[in-house]
Amino acid sequence: MATATHLLTPEEAEADVRPEAVVVRFAGDSGDGMQLTGGQFTLSTALAGNDLATFPDFPAEIRAPQGTTFGVSAFQINFGSTAIDTAGDAPDVLVAMNPAALKVNVGDLKPGGLIIADEGEFGARNLAKAGYEGNPLEDGSLARWRLIALNISQLTLDTVKPFGLGNKEALRCKNMWTLGLALWMFDRDRAPLVEWLRTKFAKAPELAEANIAALNAGHAYGETAEIGGQLHQHHLEPAPAAPGLYRTVTGAEAISLGLVAGAQLAGLPMFFGGYPITPASAILHHLSRLKEYGVTTFQAEDEIAAIGSAIGASYAGSLGVTSSSGPGIALKMEAMGLAIMAELPLVIVNSQRGGPSTGLPTKTEQSDLYQAVYGRNGDAPMPVIAARSPADAFDCAIEACRIAVQYMTPVMLLTDGYIANAAEPWKVPDMAQYQPFPVEFYDEQPSEEATFSPYRRDGKLARVWVKPGTPGLTHRIGGIEKNFATGHIDYAPANHQKMSDTRAAKVLGVADSLPEQDVCLGGEGGKLAVVGWGSTFGPIHQAVRRARSRGEDVAHIHLRHIWPLPKNLGSLLRSYERIIVPEMNTGQLKTLLRDQYLVDARPVTKTSGQPFKIAEIEAAIEEALG
Amino acid sequence: MNELTKLTAKDFATDQEVRWCPGCGDYAVLKAVQRTMPELGVRPENVVFVSGIGCSSRFPYYMETYGFHTIHGRAPTFATGIKLANPDLDVWIITGDGDALSIGGNHTMHVLRRNLDCQILLFNNEIYGLTKGQYSPTSRVGTRSPSTPFGSVDRPASPSAFALGSGARFVARGIDVHKNLPDVLKAAHAHKGAAFVEIYQNCIVYNDDVFAPFTAKENAGNQLWLKAGEPMLFAGGTKGLALNAEHLSLRIVEVEGGDWQAAGVLVHEPPNRSIAHMLVEMPLGGGWPTALGVLYEDPAPTFETAVVRQNAEASAGKTPDLQALVSKGQSWMVAKEPHAI
Repeated sequence: MATATHLLTPEEAEADVRPEAVVVRFAGDSGDGMQLTGGQFTLSTALAGNDLATFPDFPAEIRAPQGTTFGVSAFQINFGSTAIDTAGDAPDVLVAMNPAALKVNVGDLKPGGLIIADEGEFGARNLAKAGYEGNPLEDGSLARWRLIALNISQLTLDTVKPFGLGNKEALRCKNMWTLGLALWMFDRDRAPLVEWLRTKFAKAPELAEANIAALNAGHAYGETAEIGGQLHQHHLEPAPAAPGLYRTVTGAEAISLGLVAGAQLAGLPMFFGGYPITPASAILHHLSRLKEYGVTTFQAEDEIAAIGSAIGASYAGSLGVTSSSGPGIALKMEAMGLAIMAELPLVIVNSQRGGPSTGLPTKTEQSDLYQAVYGRNGDAPMPVIAARSPADAFDCAIEACRIAVQYMTPVMLLTDGYIANAAEPWKVPDMAQYQPFPVEFYDEQPSEEATFSPYRRDGKLARVWVKPGTPGLTHRIGGIEKNFATGHIDYAPANHQKMSDTRAAKVLGVADSLPEQDVCLGGEGGKLAVVGWGSTFGPIHQAVRRARSRGEDVAHIHLRHIWPLPKNLGSLLRSYERIIVPEMNTGQLKTLLRDQYLVDARPVTKTSGQPFKIAEIEAAIEEALG
Repeated sequence: MNELTKLTAKDFATDQEVRWCPGCGDYAVLKAVQRTMPELGVRPENVVFVSGIGCSSRFPYYMETYGFHTIHGRAPTFATGIKLANPDLDVWIITGDGDALSIGGNHTMHVLRRNLDCQILLFNNEIYGLTKGQYSPTSRVGTRSPSTPFGSVDRPASPSAFALGSGARFVARGIDVHKNLPDVLKAAHAHKGAAFVEIYQNCIVYNDDVFAPFTAKENAGNQLWLKAGEPMLFAGGTKGLALNAEHLSLRIVEVEGGDWQAAGVLVHEPPNRSIAHMLVEMPLGGGWPTALGVLYEDPAPTFETAVVRQNAEASAGKTPDLQALVSKGQSWMVAKEPHAI
C-alpha cells in the first residue's frame, strides 16, 4: 500500500460525510471484466433498494492491445437514497485497474475524490503503454485526490492459490476481489453474488470457488481496515419508491419485452428480422430466446434482408419488426419506403450511435432524427417515437406496435447506445393495466358488382390488412403508385397527388391518438422552456430541477412523439419567451421545431459520444436566461 | 370458389392489361405459368408471387393470386419473411438477370443455401430491358449497349452455375417459348425446397435472338433436354455427352445407329452434383449443346421447416405468461409507502 502526499487536510480525509448519492466508476483494460463488475455492482445496488443509473462506456475493439489507453473499458454507476436521473457528472470513486485506466479517467474525478488503483499493474511496461513517464502513484501528481494503491493483482493471486488455477486464470479473479472491496465500502450483501458465481461457473466449480474466494478476500480487506483512515464504509438508505416489485432492466431488454408485449396486445405472432450491429444486437439476442411467445427471429444476410423479411412477414400477417443502428438504418431506407407505399405495419428500432458512417460504434448520439423523420426517397411520412430511458423503452415499444397496426404504417422507435446498454431499476408493470389493441384481418367477400380493393380505408385512413391465404381477396401490392380506389397501377397526376396527400394525412392523423404534450417540470408559459427528447431526459430534468430550486423561471418539456408532434405543442412552445433544445447532435430537433412552428428554438448541442452532464445543461440554462 | 371447381388458366389471369413489349418472351412465360397452375392442384389464394424490379418483375400483376412487387433485387428477402410467417403458402419468386445476380446477388445466394421452399424463376435475357438496354451481369463479353458503346469487357455470370455454387438443391433450365417449359415448372413445384429455374427469355427490343444459337428452329439440335435415367443425347440422338475420366470433364461423342452405350454416353442422374457442375459450365457454341430441363435435384431439409420445428421444440412445455416474463431476473420488493424526497 502506498499513499500519496496530498493537499487535503487531515479533517477532510477523516470526515465521514454521509452522502445521498455516490458515483463510482470502474475502469480497466477491456479484458479485465469491468462491464461484468459494474453489472454485478448494479444488481447489488438495486437489491439494496437504492435508485441508480449506469453508464457503460467501452471501446469498439473486442480486445484492444492490453494496457493501452484506447483499450480502456469503464462502467459508471450513480446510486443513492434519492431519485437518480443520470449516471452522474463526475465520479466520487474511481477504481483503476491499470495505468491506462487511470490516465483516461482520472480527469473526470471530483476534486478530493477517491482513487483505488491496482499498483501491481503499475510496472514500467504498463506505465509506458499508457504514456506515463513516471509512476503517478508515487510522484505526487494525483495530489488533488485521495489515493489508495493496493497490489490487487498480488492479493488476488495469494487468495486463489489453493484452487490450482494458472496465472492467467487466477489474475482474471481480480475483478471479483475489487468488487468485494466495493461491496464492503457500501455495506452490501455478498450472498446474491456468491449465488450468481455458482450459477455462472456451474460447469467449472473450481473457477466458481476461486472467484468467490477473491470476492470474500476483497470484502475482508475492507473489513479488517488495513487501509486505515483512507477508506470508509458508507450505508446509503434505500431510495423512496412506490411499493411494488422492482427489477433492473437495460434498454435492450426493455425494448425486447415491450415488443413481445406489443405483439401480444395486438394478438399477433411477431417476426423479428435482424443483422448483427453494435449496439442493437442485444435485442436480437433477447428475442431469440422468447419463442414461446410466438416470436420468430431471423438473422438475415444483411440489413436489407432483415427489413425485407420483416415486411414480408407483416404482409403474411405477423407483426414484422427489425432493428439496427445508424448505418444499418440507412441501408433499410428503401425498404421502409416500400412499407410506407404498401401500407404495411412494421416496427423499426434504431439504437443510435455516433456517426456519420461507421462513426463511433459503441458511443451514444442522437443524430438520426433527420434520418428518421426526413429520410427516404420521395415524400415518405413515418411516425417516429423516442424512448427516454431503459425503463421507458418498454412503453415506447408497445406504443410503436400500437401505431403500426392501427395505422398500417412502419414506425421508427429511436433509442441510443446509452439507453440500450444502461441499466436502471424498473417497477415491474402490471400487464393487466395495458389496453389490448387486437388486430382484425379483413376477410369480407366482395359483392358481385364491387371488386375488392386493397386500399379500402377506415376512418383513420388505415387500409385493410388481408392475409394471403384468404379466399376471394387475392390482390397485388407493391412499390409502384396505385390507384386510390382500385389498387391497380396508376401513374395519373391527380391520383399520385391524392395518394401522397392520403399517406401524409394518415400519419399526421396519428396525433389524434396521442395525449397532449405535458410539461414535466414547471408550468405552461414563462421565461424559458428546455425541450428535449430521448436519453437527454435525465440531465435536462436534473438541471431544470436545480435551476428551479434557485428560483429560476424554467420548464422542462420532454417529447416522446417526434413525428407526428403532439397537437398542442405549437401553442405550448409559443407560451415561453425562450426555448432551448439540448440534444446530442448538431441541432436536429431544433430544426424540426423551427420548421413546424416558426419558433426561435436555440440549439444546445454536444457530439462527443458522451451523454450530457447536468452542469453543461445548467450552464446553457443560465446563458439562455441571460 | 369451392373445392370442386376445376380451375383453368383463365382463373389465374388478372383483368389487367399486360404491358410488356409486343413479342417479348415474358408473354410466353406468363402463359406457361398460368397454364401450369391448374395442374399443380393449388388454390389461387394460397399462392404468392413475389418479384423485385425489372421487366419480369411486373409478373405478379398479371397473376390472379396474391402478389407483392417489391424493390430491386430483394424479392428473396420478402419471400423469406412470407414463408416463415406462413409456411403453408406456395411462394414463387420472379426475377431477372440484373435483379437476381447484380443488385440482388447476395439474397439469391442466401435463399438458395438456406433452402427456403419456393420456386425461383430467373428470366435471363442478358440485358437490362426496363432501363433501356444496358448490358447485364449475364451479357457476353463484347456486348454493345448504351453504357458499353465499345463492347462490355467483363466476364458474365452463369445463373445456373451461381445457383449450384450457392448450394441450390434443384437447378433447372427452360426456354420462354418452348413447349417443355410447363414440365420444368411442374418439376420445380414438386421439389420441396428452393427450386431454381433459369428461363432463357428473348428481349425482342434490346437483345433479340441472343439465344438463337440453340433456340432457333434450325439450331434446336443444340438443345440437350435432360431426363432422369435417360442418356444425354442431342442433335437428334446423333451426339451425346460422355465423361473424360482422365481430365474429369465432359466430351462430345458421336452416336452411331442409336448405340449410345457403345459411345459411352452418360445417363442423367439428377442427384449427381459433380456432373451438374459440368453441365452448367458447358460453353455456348463450339459444338457444345445447352443443357435444359432438370439439371440437378437432390432434396434436403427446408429452412422454414427447420425454423418451425426449432420454435416448437423451444416452446414445448412452456406457457407464455407476459406477467411472469416482465417479472423475471433479480427483483426486489418495495413494501413501504413512498416518503417525500
